[in-house]
Amino acid sequence: MNKPYFEIIRAGINSTYQDNGRNALYHIGIPYSGAMDKRNFLISNKLVKNEKFSAAIEFAYQGPLLKLKNSKANFVITGDVNFNIIRKNSNIENGNCYETYTLDPEDQIDIISTNRSVYGYFNVQGGFDIDPFWNSYSINTKAKVGPNNGEKFSIDQKIFLKETTNNFFKKKINYINSKIEYIRVIEGTNYNYFSKEAKNIFLSKDFKVSKLSDRMGMRLEGPKLKNIVDTNIRSEGLIKGVIQVPADGNPIIMLSDHGTIGGYPKIAVVITADYDKLVQLPPGTKIKFKSINLKEAENIYNLYNLETENILNQI
Amino acid sequence: MIKNITNLGDAALYCDFGDKVNKEINSNVINCFKNLQKAKIKGITNISPSYNKLIISFNLAEINYQSLKEKILKIKFENFDYEISEKIEIPVCCDEEFNLDSKRLTSKLNISEEEIFKIFFDKDYYCYMTGFIAGMPFLGDIEESIRLKRLETPRVKVPKGAVGITEQFCNIYTFESPGGWNILGNTPLKIFDKSKKKNPSLIKPGDTVKFFKISKKEYLNWNE
Repeated sequence: MNKPYFEIIRAGINSTYQDNGRNALYHIGIPYSGAMDKRNFLISNKLVKNEKFSAAIEFAYQGPLLKLKNSKANFVITGDVNFNIIRKNSNIENGNCYETYTLDPEDQIDIISTNRSVYGYFNVQGGFDIDPFWNSYSINTKAKVGPNNGEKFSIDQKIFLKETTNNFFKKKINYINSKIEYIRVIEGTNYNYFSKEAKNIFLSKDFKVSKLSDRMGMRLEGPKLKNIVDTNIRSEGLIKGVIQVPADGNPIIMLSDHGTIGGYPKIAVVITADYDKLVQLPPGTKIKFKSINLKEAENIYNLYNLETENILNQI
Repeated sequence: MIKNITNLGDAALYCDFGDKVNKEINSNVINCFKNLQKAKIKGITNISPSYNKLIISFNLAEINYQSLKEKILKIKFENFDYEISEKIEIPVCCDEEFNLDSKRLTSKLNISEEEIFKIFFDKDYYCYMTGFIAGMPFLGDIEESIRLKRLETPRVKVPKGAVGITEQFCNIYTFESPGGWNILGNTPLKIFDKSKKKNPSLIKPGDTVKFFKISKKEYLNWNE
C-alpha cells in the first residue's frame, strides 16, 4: 500500500511542526521553540488520542490547503480558526474547531484564517511520520533545525502520516479561547533603569502589538519608555517572556524562537500563565500590563495548569 | 562565587557574578554552569552562561524559584579543570569583498589596515559565551587600539561567516543575521554544524580561538 500523505496545495504563511519544545541548548544559541499556544497544542493531541507531546502542525494567520492521498484520516483543528472541508465530490463543509473529522482520500482541508488570533493547530490521529532532532519535533527556521530541514512548509511538499488504522472515532469538546484584559508581568532585573514616569506609563498606558511580530518576538508601539541609567547592558541570557527595551524606548517581548542572548535592559517578564494568551494577540491589538509579585504569579500558574489538566481530562 | 540570586520572571533564576567582564569572573560562571549540568536537578530546562551572569530556566510545573534556589545553594561546587577546553584555529579571509568595514575601521581608529590586521591576528581570544544565534561565539579581549563601537545603523543582513569586532570583543556570524558589529573578514569554516549532533558548536565557552589570515584563493578552495 502506498503511504498516506497530505499534498500541500497552499502552504500558508508560517506552517511548521511544533511540539513541547527543545530543552538544554540555550548555551549554544538554540531556544526552546515549540508550540506557541501550549494549551491548544495539548488539546489537539488529546482530541485525536495521540501522545501528550506528539508533534502538531502550527500555522499562523492563514493555514495550509491540504489534499489527502492514499488513505482515510481523522483530524482536528484547535484554536479560533475558520476552515472548510472540501469533499472529493466538491461538497464544502464548514469545519468546527475542537471537533474531529474523518477524511477520505482526495478530500481537502482549507484552513482559511485564524479569527482575531494568530496561531492554530492541525493534528491527525496516529501522528505525522517525522523524525525528532535534538529530542524535539519542533522546527526552528532561524537555526534550520528540526524536521523538514528546519524550514517552514512550502507548496508541493508532502506531509506523510504514520500508518493509521481504520478505527476512527468522533470526539468533540466545547472550548472557548477567552480573551485577556491585561498581561501580567513581574518586574525585570533592570526595572530601575527606567524613570518613575516610564514605570508609570508602562503599567498604565495601552501598547499596540506591531506588525513586526513573529515567533521570535512581539514588538510593541506606544509611549516611549525613558531609560535613566543605560540603554545597553552587558549581553546576557534571555528567556521567553522577557520584555526588553532598546534605546528607541519601544518594548519587545521575547517569544519562543527568540535570540538567546541580548544586551537591552529587561523592564519586566510576562508570567508563564499568560504566555499562551499573549502570543495569540494579533498586530493592532492594544494591551495593558499589570505588575504582580512572584508568589501571585506562581499561584496563577498553578490554577492555569490545573485548568489545562481538567480540560484534557474531560476529553 | 555567585554574588546574588534573584528571580527573572516566575520560571528562571538570575545568578549575578559581578559587574566586570574578565576571564576570571567568566570562568566562575562557566564552572557553575558545568556543575549544574552535572547535578541534573529535576525541573531545570535550560542554563545560559554569559560574561558575568548565569540564567537558569525551569519548568514551573515541576519546581519553583524558592525550592530550586535552596537546592542550588546546597550544591558543593567542584572546580573543573580546563583540560576539556580546546584551542581552535579559524581561517579568515580579509579580502576587499569580505572586509566590509575597512574604511570605517581605518578612519575611526586612525591606523592602517595592515596594522589593524597585525594587531587582530596576533592575539589568542577567549570564548566567554555562545548564543544569540546558534553557535555564535563572543570572544575577547581585543587590544585597546582596535576597539570601537557598533555601527550606528546595524546591517539588516550580515553574511554568514563574517568576523566582526566591537568594544573589547570579536565574534563570528554563524548564520546570515541582522547585526551591528564592524566586519573585517569572513571564515570559510563551518562554526555551527547541526550534522554534528553531539557537538554542533565548534567553539564552546572557555575555549581559546586563534584566527589566521588566508588568501581569497585559499578561502575559495577551503575544504573541511
